[in-house]
Amino acid sequence: MKLSLTRRYDFAAAHRLHSARLSEQENQRIYGKCNNPHGHGHNYALEVTITGPVDPATGMVANLADLDPFVEREVLAAFDQKNLNEEVAEFKTVVPTTENVCREIFRRLRSFPAARLERVRIEETSKNSFEIGAEDFA
Amino acid sequence: MIRITRKVEFSASHFYNNPNFSPEENRRVFGKCNNPHGHGHNYTLEVTIAGEPDPATGMVLDLKELKDILQREVMDRMDHRHLNYEVPELAGKIPTCENIAAVIWQLLEPKITRGKLDRVRLYESPNLFADCTAASSNGAGKRA
Repeated sequence: MKLSLTRRYDFAAAHRLHSARLSEQENQRIYGKCNNPHGHGHNYALEVTITGPVDPATGMVANLADLDPFVEREVLAAFDQKNLNEEVAEFKTVVPTTENVCREIFRRLRSFPAARLERVRIEETSKNSFEIGAEDFA
Repeated sequence: MIRITRKVEFSASHFYNNPNFSPEENRRVFGKCNNPHGHGHNYTLEVTIAGEPDPATGMVLDLKELKDILQREVMDRMDHRHLNYEVPELAGKIPTCENIAAVIWQLLEPKITRGKLDRVRLYESPNLFADCTAASSNGAGKRA
């Protein structure tokens, strides 16, 4: 059998969906109200799934005492209560759709040393969610 | 193939302690979970069975039968119990979410007579869960 562990975190952030590759009209047509120049925000729920052998001495895939501060340092400190477009360097050039936020968070977390990162899943609202698996990350 | 999932909830107490560690090491590794008086959780267990529906009944597995299996194998063993002291299958193991999920998988797998056990997901809290799946389901093959 295979075991994985999933931890859920929350962060609140503002974003605006706007692509420099598109005209103003195209941006408005494609992104609709998400293109509002002043931005808007969400309470994002972030699920981080790690996998690996269970250490017989601890019964754990990885110690949450290691995972929590890692996620705090790599993601939450940079994303929580921030404007993603203005304050996260990646999103100066990449549109902060939740698809792209998933990819960026996966990139930031994949160096977790104690277990293998298997999946990052984000609920942007209670009605939509996005996920990226290790097999999808290139 | 169709997957069906049944959910049950149980409440249990536990604490984490490795007798091979010093008291200081136990506190360092396990933190507040090392409190020897124990603490408790409301666990939520989701059990997923995969298979083809029987043409005669339209069912992968009768949910009533699955409910009875979960009652017998999990609820009767673990609900309102102390996982360190009262569940023989966990003896000698730290009763983490990972280990409990693995034990539940081992208890359930031989009892599922129609369809195949596909996933055991055990929530310790809304913010933490462990998934146990067949090693062959994605080829990772990690042993618990």
